[in-house]
Amino acid sequence: MRKISESHPHPSPYHPRRGLPQGEGTRYLQAISAIVWKDLRAEFRSYELISSMLVFSLLVILIFNFALELDIKTRQSVTAGVLWATFAFAGTLGLNRSMAIEKDRGCLDGLLLAPVDRSAIYFGKFVSNLVFMLIVEAIVLPVYSVLYNTNLFQPGLLIVILLGSIGYTAVGTLLAAMSVQTRTRDVLLPILLFPVAFAVLLAAVKASGGFLDGSDFAEIAFPINLLIAYDIIFISVSFMVFDNIVEE
Amino acid sequence: MNTKPITLKILDVISIILLLTSAYIAIFVAPTEKVMGDVQRVFYFHIGTAWVALVGFVFTAGLSVIYLVTKDLKWDRIQVAAIEVSLVFFLITIILGSIWARPAWNTWWTWDPRLTTAAITELIYIAYFMLRQGIDDPDRRARFGAVYALIGGLSAPITFFAIRLFRTIHPVVIAGSNSEAEGAFSMTPDMLTAFFFALFAFTVIFIDLFWNRIRLENLQDEVEQLKMKVTM
Repeated sequence: MRKISESHPHPSPYHPRRGLPQGEGTRYLQAISAIVWKDLRAEFRSYELISSMLVFSLLVILIFNFALELDIKTRQSVTAGVLWATFAFAGTLGLNRSMAIEKDRGCLDGLLLAPVDRSAIYFGKFVSNLVFMLIVEAIVLPVYSVLYNTNLFQPGLLIVILLGSIGYTAVGTLLAAMSVQTRTRDVLLPILLFPVAFAVLLAAVKASGGFLDGSDFAEIAFPINLLIAYDIIFISVSFMVFDNIVEE
Repeated sequence: MNTKPITLKILDVISIILLLTSAYIAIFVAPTEKVMGDVQRVFYFHIGTAWVALVGFVFTAGLSVIYLVTKDLKWDRIQVAAIEVSLVFFLITIILGSIWARPAWNTWWTWDPRLTTAAITELIYIAYFMLRQGIDDPDRRARFGAVYALIGGLSAPITFFAIRLFRTIHPVVIAGSNSEAEGAFSMTPDMLTAFFFALFAFTVIFIDLFWNRIRLENLQDEVEQLKMKVTM
């Protein structure tokens, strides 16, 4: 037994005391969680990002209320659209801000110096952006439900919102990392993001509308599958190309 | 001095002749469609430009991958050329479609799946140029451009599927049929001749413009380098 371990140049990643394998995968996950943790801690000290996204979403809903005259009849057909437009607008605000903070204070350079795979930075930022977006959605949904007297707390709708948010932030994080490095910065993100995220918003609106109307699952299955496909494709593409975005 | 290669000059002339011939065939040789009348003739150019633009867009997504792997700025220049020419051709497709839609559908524009996808695709590549404009460093510009063109190239077909969730009235003339299509027709042999000739003509024209555009990009690059030399 001893002989084998001596002849093996790389000892097994199994750590006897901790009992956990200290392999590449664990280190990768640790790097991701460190970035997420950093973002969440910074956010919960200032509430800069969440509060601005939240106030902004409420304002957007207010504007829609008067622009579309959301009476009971129209409300039923446009709720899904209003919700997703609100999430998309608030999302760009958050994505821009979370990347701008990294860039302005030279934090991104520090992150890049860390001896971890660059894609871990992407996943870290992606997860923290997703958490912020979900927190805002978790507050906007009950507010909308109360204001318009519609029950939005249906498990199907919540799943659609999760899937849509994943796809939106997956592309958004990548494009935000790109746009903060350009001259036009914040202005550019929605221009880059909306045409690319059009499919995800479309499928999300269709699926959410389906759940709110109580349509058959057969009708909702296609947009949901599309959302899943979109999420998988864009997370993996972003994972592959992120290196090229932050390379100096 | 960098003179224009003779092959390119010949190709320029051939392109002009092909464009004129194609227009002649579409207007005088192809028969008039019974229901829609003369406006149907716009179809030949509509398909011709759409075909080259879409092939161009698919081609650029491939160029993105090649650039990201090789990091050779040559591929970036080729990509810019391909996207720019495709963008213009696609705009022509949309405008020609609009001209046809006015009498056939009684409206210039409708939020039909095909039309919406076309508009989104056009916007993606406009955004591509806005992105490039905001970056000074050529390497970074090339990298970001390649990444965005790749993402855009992937999202356009997904958008096409997503928008299928809503019904379409756009006719499918080639292969397959759409019972809800308005303004569909089947082609006679003369129409097929005009159709294939237009496809061929626009392919040659596209290659010619593409080549000219690459040459322009190379010349621009040379000017930049000369400017750098002077200022140093």
